[in-house]
Amino acid sequence: MSKRILTVFMIAFILFLYAPTLLLPIFAFNDSSIIAFPLSGFTLDWFASLGAADELRKATGTSLIIATSSSIIATMLAMLATSATVRYRFPGKGAMIGTIMLPMFLPEIIIGVSLLTVVLLAGLKLSIYTIIMGHVLICTPFCIAILRSSFQQLDPSLEEASLDLGESRFDTFRRVTLPLIMPGVVSSLLIAFTISLDEFVIAFFLSGTEPTLPVYIWSQLRFPQRIPSVMALGTLLLLLSVALLTLSEVLRRRSARRLGKDMTGGVL
Amino acid sequence: MIELSNIQKYYGTYHALRDVTCHIQEGEFFSLLGPSGSGKTTLLRTIAGFEGINSGTVMIGGQQMDGVPPNKRPTNMVFQSYAIFPHMSVAQNVAYGLRSQRLSKTETAQMVSETLAKVGLAGYGGRAAHALSGGQRQRVALARALILKPKVLLLDEPLSALDRKLREEMQSELRRLQRSLGITFVLVTHDQEEALTMSDRVAVMFEGQIAQLDSPQALYKHPASKRVAEFFGAMNILKAEIIEVNGDIATTRIEGLGVAELAVPKAASVESSFCVGVRPESMTILDDEEQAYAKETPATVTEVEYRGEMTYYDVTIDGADKPVVVSMRNTSNRALREVGHHVRIGWENASAVLLLDQD
Repeated sequence: MSKRILTVFMIAFILFLYAPTLLLPIFAFNDSSIIAFPLSGFTLDWFASLGAADELRKATGTSLIIATSSSIIATMLAMLATSATVRYRFPGKGAMIGTIMLPMFLPEIIIGVSLLTVVLLAGLKLSIYTIIMGHVLICTPFCIAILRSSFQQLDPSLEEASLDLGESRFDTFRRVTLPLIMPGVVSSLLIAFTISLDEFVIAFFLSGTEPTLPVYIWSQLRFPQRIPSVMALGTLLLLLSVALLTLSEVLRRRSARRLGKDMTGGVL
Repeated sequence: MIELSNIQKYYGTYHALRDVTCHIQEGEFFSLLGPSGSGKTTLLRTIAGFEGINSGTVMIGGQQMDGVPPNKRPTNMVFQSYAIFPHMSVAQNVAYGLRSQRLSKTETAQMVSETLAKVGLAGYGGRAAHALSGGQRQRVALARALILKPKVLLLDEPLSALDRKLREEMQSELRRLQRSLGITFVLVTHDQEEALTMSDRVAVMFEGQIAQLDSPQALYKHPASKRVAEFFGAMNILKAEIIEVNGDIATTRIEGLGVAELAVPKAASVESSFCVGVRPESMTILDDEEQAYAKETPATVTEVEYRGEMTYYDVTIDGADKPVVVSMRNTSNRALREVGHHVRIGWENASAVLLLDQD
């Protein structure tokens, strides 16, 4: 009896999580500009309309540039911070980690407003760069959380062995450290990319004349006839996310198998 | 080959190495022996260049090593965890350090297979590193270091992770390898048996200091202090009272046993307090008519432990409150004694060593 209740609960839970997402592709293929059941027929018009929208293409490009740059910068910063904090003890280490991790828990609206103030006070223009700055700030804590376990699993004597065998610190990083933390680096890049790609609040505050995709989508929602196009766009983004996640998991498992480790952990 | 002079090392307020001075000769199998926390691994890592020191000098092959990083030192190390690169094959691991020599592919392959053959892993080059057993990993770690032809090979407890049989096998193999290559080996171990069987010389370390540096035979036969004596095999420690000192020889009254003339330890001073150590095998339970020993002491057997080739007896010397251990080889003509037997213990001056009670 209790087992049946649990089963029902589980199904309800999963529906609650994913049913709204499933509505996206359904209406993206529906042959009507009104979002309501019953469905009226199948069409690919909404996807075709995406190709014609110049502003949308531009916003997508902007978002991709921002997501790529912020994920790379955040991951590199996180790699530096993590390799220092995992291996060395130094005064103020706890406070430093705390300060870096804080943006994870701060409301984005506060970060957005404060960054906007800083940018305006410094006399900078709002642009792609200001958004990248904000996104690096919020992505870095996530990257650190992911990379920390990679660095913790790395036996420090492996790096010492490389030094002992005559390699410099840089070549040691290139030949030993980086290949061994690669699964973590890939996860970190991916998570940061995803966070940046769909971040709205900070991008909204800090964008100048070039809106990101979420900001553009939000602006389109004022026009009801554009909603099915937005749904089509959402469907594409959904597929992209699933593809990226799958890719990173495949890569992670492959490298885990190569190192003879078990396959637990990771994003999935 | 290696000259360590007055090395001091602190971790914060913890004094890890206290004025360590020792010279390791070329082509020698040298062991650093001590319990955990004695500073032996710190000293090894100091030689390798992984640990900075607060004062003192490290010279390797006549060259000052101050500020020289590990990758520029003529030493290579076998790590306790072996530190085999898990993302590489056996051959890639072994060839790792050859990169700077810019050899051709065929030269590299040739050297790798020669070195693998030397450590008994011929044909294993293509294996993945993670698919190796503990003993094989250790051989790969050895090959990876030896291929660079270092002047000194440093080994950090290389056998501690292996099971007993494999460990004994590797002990004699390491010894053979060291002899045939003629490289200086410096081994860190906490296992006194390992140090005794493999080394030319052993430095016994306690609390960041070298307590005694000697050949295995000398350490076993003439330990300088009670602590060193107890670290090597079984030793009966008895109270002692010095009656008279004549040059290097002290006439000593040993609790229970009687009076003996014993050599005074080199490090002794006026304030030193002493005790006497007697190895279980340097006393004998005499047969009824036997008169082979200069000194005899009456005693009673209180415990018998039969171990095949040897029998260990706890015997209480008449008038003493705690027993001493006497071990006897089980030869066919010697009678086994039983608990309660009254016996005579035979011994001589050479059976006992005068020990410093503290370091």
